[in-house]
Amino acid sequence: MLQVSIYRYNPDVDSAPYMQDFQVDTEGKDLMVLDVLEMIKADQDPGVTYRRSCREGVCGSDGLSINGKNGLACITALSETVKGNKLVVRPLPGLPVIRDLVVDMSLFYAQYEKIQPYLQNSTPAPDIERLQTPEDREKLDGLYECILCACCSTSCPSFWWNPDRFIGPAGLLQAYRFLADSRDTATEERLSNLDDPFSVFRCHGIQNCVNVCPKGLNPTKAIGHIRTMLLNRAT
Amino acid sequence: MVTQITSFSRSGLSDWMIQRVAGVILLAYFGFVAYTLLNGVGYASWKALHANSAMRIFTLLAALSFAAHAWIGLWAVFTDYLTERMLGPRGNGLRRLCQIGSVLVLLVYLLWVIQIIWG
Repeated sequence: MLQVSIYRYNPDVDSAPYMQDFQVDTEGKDLMVLDVLEMIKADQDPGVTYRRSCREGVCGSDGLSINGKNGLACITALSETVKGNKLVVRPLPGLPVIRDLVVDMSLFYAQYEKIQPYLQNSTPAPDIERLQTPEDREKLDGLYECILCACCSTSCPSFWWNPDRFIGPAGLLQAYRFLADSRDTATEERLSNLDDPFSVFRCHGIQNCVNVCPKGLNPTKAIGHIRTMLLNRAT
Repeated sequence: MVTQITSFSRSGLSDWMIQRVAGVILLAYFGFVAYTLLNGVGYASWKALHANSAMRIFTLLAALSFAAHAWIGLWAVFTDYLTERMLGPRGNGLRRLCQIGSVLVLLVYLLWVIQIIWG
């Protein structure tokens, strides 16, 4: 039997959060963490609350702290996270808990909104779509794949301390995604919006974001590119 | 954009670059000092070394680098941990107190170094 410990908190009932233990019979199968949560919800406690949707690592809904490391419950196999037959599941750290494993992501989305995550082009629209060379398109690889699950930003201490002023790795990866896009003409404005002591420069390069990204992306590298662009523009 | 009046240069980019340049200067200075000490130095040769204008300038440069590096680093620490988010309203006053206090201490150290090497 797998020992599962889940963070529980219902603000309407509980005065403080607590950890609740469950025993789950996995029948020796290498299930995903989400499967285990589903089994608990179906068989033991229907009140256990978490977000989920696609169950295949595409929607980014079920970002959780799994045995101390952020990841997507739906694509994290027990074999890669469970040690000593113990599974500890907590909400993503640093964000306010709404209930159990569900966090309020308003601050995360507010930072995402700040970087204006849409293509901006001041030139007249052509009759056909705006074309890119294959080389320019390649520059977006490793950037556009982000699913905004918030695993990276909520593993970043700089985001924990300043979630209202530091854009965070997810937002900055997307900021660079548009800075690197040959079709975008708002580069100067985008860089101006990032040139302050907090938005970019709170990143100290500890690479927690790289360590946890379930899509294998590298926000630290993107942040380095933004720094270089700011540096080239100002020196 | 987030504005700040207590950061070293008021600019994140400038602070970032100054801290890196200062780090390299400090590494070079302390590397040189360690090399000198490890190769054996007496009072006379140590005094002669620091009487040399080039060494005085190098020491002053290292002291300036230390002050800038520490200002930027401590400012980051204070704005991480001594905030309204972390400590409630008293965090603001405490942060300003620590920012001003640390800058004054660094200034005193800098003036002291100048007095020692040029006095």
